[in-house]
Parts: sequence; C-alpha cells; structure tokens
Amino acid sequence: MPVSHRTRQSLRYLPVLPAILLLLVFLAGPVLWAFQASLTNAGLTGRSARNPEWVGLENYQRLLADPAFPLSLALTVLFVGGSAVLGQNLLGLAIAVLMRRARPAVSSLVGTAVVAAWVLPEIVAAFAAYAYFSRDGTLNQLMGGLGLAQADWLYAYPMVAIMLANVWRGTAFSMLVYRAALNDVPAEVTEAAQMDGARGWQRLVFITLPMIRGSIATNLMLITLQTLAVFTLIWVMTAGGPANASTTLPVLAYQEAFKFGDIGYGTAVASVLIIIGGVFGAAYIRLLREPRP
Amino acid sequence: MTAPARTQQPDPVPVLRARLRRGSAPADLALLLVGACFLLPLLWLVLGSLDPEAGHETKVPRQPGLDNFAAVLTPQLLLQPLWNSMVLSAGTGAVTLVAAVLAAYPLSRYRSRFNAPFLYAVLFGTCLPITAIMVPVYGLFVQLELLDSMPATIFFMATTTLPMAIWMTKNFMDGVPLSLEEAAWVDGASRMTALRTIVLPLMRQGLGVVFIFVFIQAWGNFFVPFVLLLSEARQPAAVSIYSFFGQHGAVAYGQLAAFSILYSLPVLALYVIVARGAGGSFALSGAVRG
Repeated sequence: MPVSHRTRQSLRYLPVLPAILLLLVFLAGPVLWAFQASLTNAGLTGRSARNPEWVGLENYQRLLADPAFPLSLALTVLFVGGSAVLGQNLLGLAIAVLMRRARPAVSSLVGTAVVAAWVLPEIVAAFAAYAYFSRDGTLNQLMGGLGLAQADWLYAYPMVAIMLANVWRGTAFSMLVYRAALNDVPAEVTEAAQMDGARGWQRLVFITLPMIRGSIATNLMLITLQTLAVFTLIWVMTAGGPANASTTLPVLAYQEAFKFGDIGYGTAVASVLIIIGGVFGAAYIRLLREPRP
Repeated sequence: MTAPARTQQPDPVPVLRARLRRGSAPADLALLLVGACFLLPLLWLVLGSLDPEAGHETKVPRQPGLDNFAAVLTPQLLLQPLWNSMVLSAGTGAVTLVAAVLAAYPLSRYRSRFNAPFLYAVLFGTCLPITAIMVPVYGLFVQLELLDSMPATIFFMATTTLPMAIWMTKNFMDGVPLSLEEAAWVDGASRMTALRTIVLPLMRQGLGVVFIFVFIQAWGNFFVPFVLLLSEARQPAAVSIYSFFGQHGAVAYGQLAAFSILYSLPVLALYVIVARGAGGSFALSGAVRG
C-alpha cells in the first residue's frame, strides 16, 4: 500500500527529531520544572529534597515580602540599563562611527583590543576585572598617578565596578553589529546630506541612525538578554556583596538555591527571571517578523 | 574629547569630499584612547604572569621569568582540567553540529508551514537566560541522577548552543544550490546520502565556523560545569581555576595570570582562525542578525 502524502511529508521532517528532543528535555523541561518547583518547598538536602511538599504561591508571597527581592530587581534594572542599554550600546556605536573616520590601521588595532575582552573566557575576564578594580589594582594606580582620590571600588562602589566591567567585556558585540550596519548605509546618502550642508553629528542623528534603526533595536534586545544573564562576572568580582549591594537576580537565585539550600525559593526567583527573559524574547521575535522598512 | 581643533565653518564643497575619506586625527586619537582603556585590564594579566612576585597592581616585573608558567604546568593543576575542557567543548561541538545539521536539512530544503514557527520557537530558546535555568536544571539533574555526569553535561551544553547553531547551519545550507543535490537524486542517491556526500562537503567551512563558535562558548563556560560537575577529576579549567585560586590563591596571583593565559590561548587562536578565514570577520555575530 502506498504511503499517504501526509505521512511522507512528516517523515521528511524526521531528522529534526534529535534537535527537538534535546530542546524539550534540556530546555523546555527545566523551564516547566522551574515553574512547578517554585510552588513547592524543595530543598537542596534533607527531607524536603526527597519529598518536596506543595506550598502553592507561598514562595512568591515570600518574594514580595523579602526586602532582598525588590532591591535585587532594582539592581538588575540598573545593571542592564546602565551597562548594556547605555554603556555597551552607546560606546559600541561611538567606536563604530569613529572607526569609519580613523585610519584603517588604527581602527583595526582598536577593534582587536575591544574584541579581545569579549573573546576571553568569562572567568578570565572576571579575574582580570577583579584585579583591575581591587584596592591596589590598576585603576587605583591610575587615579593615584593622576592625583585623584583612590577608592576601594569593589566595596564602596560595587555596582559601578561591575557595570564598568560589563561594558568592557561586552561592548565588542555592539561594535560589531554597528560596524556591519554602518557598512550597509550607502555612501551616496550621507554624501548628499553633506552637500546640503549637514554637519557630522547632524548626518549621524538625522540620516544614519534612522537608516540603521532595525539594527539598533536588534542590538538593544540582544545585549539586554545577554546582560540579564550575567553571573560569572559579578560572582567573581563581588559575589553579590558587600551585603546585597550587587546581588542581581541571577546571583540571588543562585544564593537562595545553593548557599541557603532553598531550591523552591531559588526557582521562584529564577522563574521571575525566565519570565522577564521570555517577555523580551517575545518582543524581539515580533520585531524580527515585522517587515523591515 | 580633546581640543576642538576642527570646529571651523563648513568648508567649500571640493574639500568636503576629502573630509569624508579616512584618517581624521581627532578620530584616531579618540579611538586610541578607547583602545587603551580596553587593553589596560589585560595588561595586568600579561605582566603578572611573568612576575613571580605579582600582586593586584600592574607593574613591570623586577625579575621577569617563566616561573609562574612552570608552577602551573603540572598534570593535576593544569593538564587534567584542560583535557576536561577539551572533552567537554569538543563533545558539545560534535553533538550540537550533528543535531543542527540534521535539523537544518529539512528546514532548508522543504517548504512547509512548519518551518517558520519552528525557527522562531528555536530563536525564542536563545533568548532565555541560561543562568536562570541553572537552578531548575540542577534540580532536574538531581532527580534524574545525572549530576556529575560528563555526557549529561555535554548534552545540556549542546542544547543551550543548539538554537543558534540551527540558525547558522540553516543559513549556510541555504547557500548550497539545490541543483547539485538533484543530480545526485537522479543517480539514485537517497536524501541522506546526498546530504552526506554533496551538501556537507560544500559547506564544510560553514560547519567549521559553527563548530568553532560552539567550541569557544563551551570552552569559556563557567557557570554550567560549576553547577553540574562536582568532582574535581571532571571539572574543566574554568571551574578548577576558580576553585583553586578562589580558595587558596590569595598569594598566587602570578600563577593565576599564567593559568589564565594558557587557558585562554586556544580560544584566542580559534577566534583568529574564524575571523581571518572564509567565515568572514563577522561570522560569529553575523548569525544573530536574523
């Protein structure tokens, strides 16, 4: 008997199966498990680890009552807004614009320096940033050399230190995105504006930026998602401290689950983070599906 | 920025074209300043690795030497963890590549209503913050008794890189013309045979880029093996460097720097290969532009 058209059609898609299985077991599974476990009192050890009990929304109620959570949420917003949306995004754009005006040798040299911080393994970058901001580290040496006041950055200004470190680590991505986007802007357009007497910054703001707004939106979305998930950099530099002064949501989730052994509460924090990531992800996909102007 | 040396009135038209060309001095200066800021934190790594008495400060070693490298180049401290990193990264690369190629083939070759939703769902997967998933993944691994298992960790890491790999592989596969395959079908080859003998060899450079991309990510990953691999004998360099120097390393900064450099060299080399090679300098992030 001949196989029906429908069956043949589905059989052709059989090779997709391993990928789907992996994604279901190791990605969708944990996400669903997180939502479920956040409604229990699952622990790292002991009785609650073997037989977690259903506690309903108790963990989420605790979240709202726990002063550490709003603080952590605010720090996460500050971290993402300051180091990604402002820091990496604007610096990356500035570097990409400057590269088009600078000598090619200079621009490729600086491009390598910026990319180097990005290609290094994250733990190495984190150690380097830790040494740079530590009490007798390079930054204080510089400040001393310039006659400025020194500070114990990692204790007195932990958020400043980790935000600067994240700008250092991640700007390369924005730079690469913007370099590619600027290359796609036809030279005639900016030249025409120049003939009409538009100055450099006017050309940038009124001509170039509107033309690359698709890339700007994509870049903002992706660096937001990447920065939302930053853990290693913060963990090595400050471990969320002093007290909770640099505990962003990933660090909080880790601490609650593994340091204090409260998997249920930790997954509640993680669930909030997953939902935030999901919202941004959905927005990003909407953005991609819309036809480009 | 520096002195406003160039705030003249707009030049007459013929000069304008010249100014659009490359090589403006303020731009050079500003860029070099930025570049110096980016290199500065790395300077400590290089100088410290050569200084047996290194601390946190950046200074030229009084007696530069390779003592630090000699100290960390022991099987237990460096070679075993590097080998573990190698197994983990190569395994992740291999699993990802096989799954991505298989998934990309129907997506690239057949037209179906299934394609777009699947690809967008996969893209959505890349958006989820992996660090947030680590707590539930730990819980899952405990229940399935997979903790401290190298293969399970490899499969998990492969899954986290798989969405991006599927997109990249599909894009590369779209670049291989269908007509070559059709010739093979006429000769009686099955689709999978045509994929193996015609399509894959033609896109081997693309496959290389995907593999290196995944390898670099896995090699640098700290958090996943930190949570999932418990015994020292299985830990990759990223974790062993943290546990060794984080716990007893208060004095061994020179060794930490030397270890960091030796551990970073493979990925730096791979990045150079991709950036220089046919993948194009933008291959690594080019895939994300959708």
